[in-house]
Formats: sequence, C-alpha cells, structure tokens
Amino acid sequence: MINENVRSCLLCGVGGQGTVLASRIIAAAAMAKGLNAKTAETIGMAQRGGSVVSHVRTGRNIASPLIPMGKADVLIGFEPGEAAASLEYLKNGGALIVCSQEVKPITASLGQSGYEGNRSIEFLETSVDRCYVMDAEHICRECGSPKVLNVAVVGALCASGEMDITLEDAEDALRQKMKPSLLEMNLKALHMGAAVISK
Amino acid sequence: MKELLMGNEAVALGALAAGVQVVSGYPGTPSSEVLETIAKRNPGGIHVEWSVNEKAGAEIAAGASYAGARSLVTMKQVGLNVASDPVMCVNYVGVKGGMVVYVADDPGPISSQTEQDTRHFAKYAHIPVFDCVSPSQAFHAVQEAFVFSEKHATPVILRSSTRVCHACEDIDVPEIKAPEPCEGFVKDSKWVIFPRLSYQNKLKIAAREPEIAEEFSAFTVSNGHPAGNSIEGSGSIGIACGGVSYSYVQEAIAGNEDNFTVFNVTTPYPFPAALAQEFMDEVDKVIVFEELDPVIEDELIYLTGAQYSENFIRGKRTGSVAAGGELDASIAGAVIEAETGIRTSIAHPEYEIKPEAPVRPPVLCAGCPHRASFYAVKQAVAQLKKSGASFTDAIYCGDIGCYTLGNAAPLYTTDTCLCMGAGITVAQGLNHADSRTLNFAFTGDSTFFASGITGTVNAVYNQADMILCVLDNSTTAMTGHQPHPGMGITMMGGRTEPIDIAKVLEGIGVTSIRTVDPLDFAASTEAVKAAAGEKGVRAIIFKSPCIAIVRNDGHSIVDADKCVGCRKCIDQLGCPALIIRDSRAFIDKSLCTGCQLCAQICPTGCIRKEADND
Repeated sequence: MINENVRSCLLCGVGGQGTVLASRIIAAAAMAKGLNAKTAETIGMAQRGGSVVSHVRTGRNIASPLIPMGKADVLIGFEPGEAAASLEYLKNGGALIVCSQEVKPITASLGQSGYEGNRSIEFLETSVDRCYVMDAEHICRECGSPKVLNVAVVGALCASGEMDITLEDAEDALRQKMKPSLLEMNLKALHMGAAVISK
Repeated sequence: MKELLMGNEAVALGALAAGVQVVSGYPGTPSSEVLETIAKRNPGGIHVEWSVNEKAGAEIAAGASYAGARSLVTMKQVGLNVASDPVMCVNYVGVKGGMVVYVADDPGPISSQTEQDTRHFAKYAHIPVFDCVSPSQAFHAVQEAFVFSEKHATPVILRSSTRVCHACEDIDVPEIKAPEPCEGFVKDSKWVIFPRLSYQNKLKIAAREPEIAEEFSAFTVSNGHPAGNSIEGSGSIGIACGGVSYSYVQEAIAGNEDNFTVFNVTTPYPFPAALAQEFMDEVDKVIVFEELDPVIEDELIYLTGAQYSENFIRGKRTGSVAAGGELDASIAGAVIEAETGIRTSIAHPEYEIKPEAPVRPPVLCAGCPHRASFYAVKQAVAQLKKSGASFTDAIYCGDIGCYTLGNAAPLYTTDTCLCMGAGITVAQGLNHADSRTLNFAFTGDSTFFASGITGTVNAVYNQADMILCVLDNSTTAMTGHQPHPGMGITMMGGRTEPIDIAKVLEGIGVTSIRTVDPLDFAASTEAVKAAAGEKGVRAIIFKSPCIAIVRNDGHSIVDADKCVGCRKCIDQLGCPALIIRDSRAFIDKSLCTGCQLCAQICPTGCIRKEADND
C-alpha cells in the first residue's frame, strides 16, 4: 500500500536557519524506529537569504518526497512570515509550531515591500486552532547559542505527537548526530522546545 | 546499514558499488554532491577530480574508459551544453570500460538558466538514457547503466532531476571495496575518429537502436530490474510518466488505483516501443504526466501514427499539463481529475486574507566581498561621470555564480547574464557594436578557469576595450565551496601549486592588471578609476575570501547616538545585516561579519568594530 501510516512535516524558514538539519534529525529518529523516511530540501541559490522549505515524510512506502498542499500533519515555521506563506500545506486540524521572531528581508529594509512579523503571528493565531508560538530568541539565549533553534523546534514537534516520534527518539538521534561537546546544549533546547507545547 | 541518502549520494554509492575507477565533473546545482560523495567515501584506488569544466571532465571520463576503467562524469543540464562536443563524439567512437554521463536536469528551473530536457539530448546524440525516479531507484540505475554501457560499448546518460538529486530516502548501503585495476589502453585504429569510421559507426548505431529499444521493453521491474520500466494496475485509464513525476502520480491516485494503469518509463531513449504498445492496448485513454518536455508523450503519439487522436493522448501537447515549471502531486491530482472526472484532486485549506508576506529574493550574504567590489565599481563610475568622463554609460556584464546576485537592488550591477564565461565575451560584443560605453565584465575565479580564459584571449587578440573584473573569493561558492585550480587543493586531498590568475592574464598579454582588496573601499575605487582611464583590455582582480569559508572578523556596531538615520548604508549597500530600528541603523550581529564596508561609507562615522569591552 502506498503511503502507509505516512506522517508529513513541512519546515519553512530563511536560508541559514537550519531547516535542513532539523529535517535530518526527524528522519533519523524515524529510521531508528524502523520506519522509512523521505525528505526534500531547498539547496543552492535560494539558500542565500531566500525562503527555504524542507519536506519530511515518515511511514511505509512513501510515494512523493514532496508533501502535497493540505497534507502536512505539522507545519514548522522558523519565521512567522514564512509560516503564513506556507500555511496551505497544513491539513485541517494539523499542528503549527511557529517561532515569533521575524527576519526582516532586505526588500523590507529598502522599502520595496512591507512586512511585519507580528501581523503574521496574529493571522496564524486566529487561523489555526493548534497554533504554538515559540519564543525562540528566549530559548537560544537560555541555551547560549542561536544555532539551537532547529533542535528546539524538533522538541516541539515531538511534543505535538503528530509525527510518531517521541522526545526520547529525538534525544537518541541527537546523540548520534551531535558532537559530544554540543550535546548538552542541544538536549536542553530540545526540552525547552517541547515545553512550549505541553504548557 | 540503512542511511538517509540524498539522490546524488545514492548515485555516488551506486557508482562505488559498480566499481567506478575514474570520476570527473564540474560543480553545478543540482548535480554536485555525486562527486563530493565519491571523494568522501573513496575506498582508495579511485581518481576523483573537479575538472576545469564539463568538457574537460567528459574527455577525462572518455580517456579512462578507453583504458578499460569504469568512469563517471557529473554535471548539471547546462553543463552538458559545454560537454556536448566530447559526449556527442564519444558515442561514435565507442567505449571500453563503462562510461556514465550523469546529468541533473532542473525543472522549474530552480537554480539554472534553462529548462532543457536531457532526454532530448540523448536522442539527438543517439546515446541510451536511464532516468532516475527516486534516490533508491537511482542507486540501482547507475549500476545498470555501467553494465549496459559495457555490453553495448556505448556511453550511457544517467539523467536525474532536482527533486531526485536533492530528495533523501533511507537506503541500505553496501560495503564499498576498492575497484579492480583495469586492463589499460590497447592501441587500435578504432580510437581515432575519422569521417569514414564515423559513417560506419553511424550505421552500427542506427542498427542497434531498435535492438536496444527491444531490450529496454524487457528491462522491467517485473523482470527483476529495480531501476527498470514498469506497468502497474489494470484500470482503463492509462497514465504514462517518468522521473520523479511517477511518485506524484502514485500519490495522486492512492485509493483509486483500480481505475488506472500506470506506465513508468525509466529508459526514455531508445524508447521501449513494444512495452508502450502493450500499455496503450489495454487502456481507453492516456494521460502523460512528465516534467520538462513532452518526450514520452511524443513517442506515444508517434507510435499511434495515423490513429493518433487528441482524445486518446492527453498531456502537454493538448494543454492538459503545463508546458513549463515543476510538477507535484497536487498538480497530478488536478490534471487526472480534469481529464477523467475521478476525484483525485487533493484538497487544501484556503485563506482569504493573508498578511503581506516577506519578499525574499536570494541576496549576497552579509559581508560578501562581491558587494564591496560591485559598490566600488559603481562609485568609481559615478565619480567619473560627475567629473565629465567621455563614456555615455557603464555596462555591467555579469556571469554565473553568487555574483549574479549583483543584479538586485540596490547594487544593480548585472546588466547581462547568459551562460558560463559569457560576461567576458558579451562585453566585447557590446564594445564592438557601440564603442561609446564603458564595459565591465565580472567573472568569478572558478568561472574564469572554467571558461573565462579563452574569452580573455579573444579580447586581447581582437583588441576589445573593456575592464575585466575577476571577483576572486578563493572558492566555487554558489555550488557549495568546491576547490578549483586557483586554490592549491584537489579532490584527492593533495596539495598542488595554485594557478595564479594575475600570471595567467599576464601570459595572455593583458598589460594592465591590478589586484585589490575589495573591502578596502578607497583603494578599490581608485583602481577602477585608474583602469577606466586606460584603453584596451584592463583587468582588476578583487581578491577577498568568501565569508562562508573564513572565520568572522568580529562584528560592527552602530553608535545610535551618532547615527542620524540617513539610511546611506542600507540604501546603497543592501547588506542583510543592516536594518532600521527606531529610525537608526542597526546591525544584526548574528549576520554581520565585521567587513567594515558600511563603516567606510558612513558619513557620520558612527559605525565601528565592536571592541571586547562593548
């Protein structure tokens, strides 16, 4: 059977925010449980400060690496405007995890476009029942590095229960993937991310 | 052991499992990771190199194959244009060791100049082509391609596309052993291409074409070939597809499989006509769903001959599928529903009122030395114009690389961009057509080695009047920081004498050569002005490493009390680290590299390097 127990997570953000590593951690955690995984990522020119999207799907006999619109069980927005732009991917009743900090595009600084991150957050909160807003800046500060953002959202993803991956699975994947010197900081970020959902 | 492998990594591991011995290529998104993966996992005994360009790479692969080694050359689709001379010819000569030409197409296009379809090229060149459907299938396809290449003594094209190249899948990775040594080159007149030999070989190629088509009709998944063609289902509606579009069709018809028969074509040339006929005989209608050009569709139309009906074959030719752009499962569902009435469209929520979305075109990174080079050229031109220079306008001929992003606001320093190396030669054409303009050509260091040198020779020989700006950031940045001849390192991990761009220019006969640090704004502007005052071919090498390969040089900060909010730094440089906060310039420390370009142009001197006690 095609797409047996398939779970889909779309991660969107800005080039450099670490969406690719997050998608790899999710896939690794699923594979460790004996599931199949497929991902698709934005690589190349668009990475230079552009909008980036990673698709992650786990389950059995996964057909397409790309998630069709309306089929994402979870949408992770590393940035509010990017989450709003990709909202059509989230299924009805799906979980949205969004970081509250906006990343101003250069087009906005140059006055070519108007964009306010807080308007996107308001829109997301009114449009999606299961909208979890994450103060990523706070988590990064507490953990001591801006680079833990991608691990914090994985923590929130596990806590949402939408992807058949538990916090313990993600911890194991981090132990496999992370340098020992960075592990403790990332485990802290993982749990702080999870706390956003369980609150 | 199972690993999550990118399609390109899967191709690399398949090639390693097949005993590849010589691997060459030129970087290009979405193809680059194949060669990098082979270099990383080299069990020893494999020569891996980034060649100077795709033509060189293809010739190296051909030479290795002549000696009996299995060889692989990798490139993106536009790279195949560069390699087309050797690739086209080597088919007439034939090969000994299996030779696979890996070409990554880019539907969309996402990071290319064209949406060209390599399956056409295969047909044009009479070279058999295998198509990649998914990373796991590609792992098998490359191995089959080597076997097939040796069996028919022909090069084989392995064609992939972005959503296979850059998709990941869990794959069982075999143990990789070093390749067996090859027999070596055996002298024979067959290795020398001559018109008479080409004629004889053309006849052989034409004769084998229907034979290979027959062989491909039996090259199926059901016959034990995991990378083979397939016909699945027994419904009355046929869907023909190839490449990644197969997965989109699967996704769209899930739950309605009984209505459909799906024909997946993994060997589009020579087209498996017998298998296609078998498929068409069983269905009342065929929807052809493929990215890029209607290659499978045209083959099916050809097969139906005089019986062709628009009602029977539906695809790009009937306007049922868009002629360009990427496809996906949602599009597959919509097309199938429109053509059959069967509910296959995938519903998604719609939101009427959305807040304004951020517009994020790709931009030069904060601290990128290219920004400084472009800005210096622009400022020098502005100053020369102000002081009554004789040229009517300055024209900026760009090229392929990160610096193509100089086209965007506020720099606007890319007026033309065509293909690799063309900036240097287009500038000459502009100059010969209208000598009143001041013509700049921008080229990166890797692009200069790949295809800029011959253009520069042409400029000197044909006495063009132009300023060549080599933006030397000591890497091939856009495609992921591959080494090149100017860097002193190779893919084998060895050190080598770096090839000095200034000396190359000198050897060609360029007499005006300046090397400046673009992050020194005053010196760079002066260099441009001085070059503009001369005639002939002048070169300026702007040398400063890519910020992604060197450690940050601290950060810059704005003294908010001194900043008058004039916005000059933001409006003229467009650096992503510079934003306005409370009507004052503000520097985002997570992005700033401390390049100090903004500090050099700030009229109030309010930007400075952050000190330890700040």
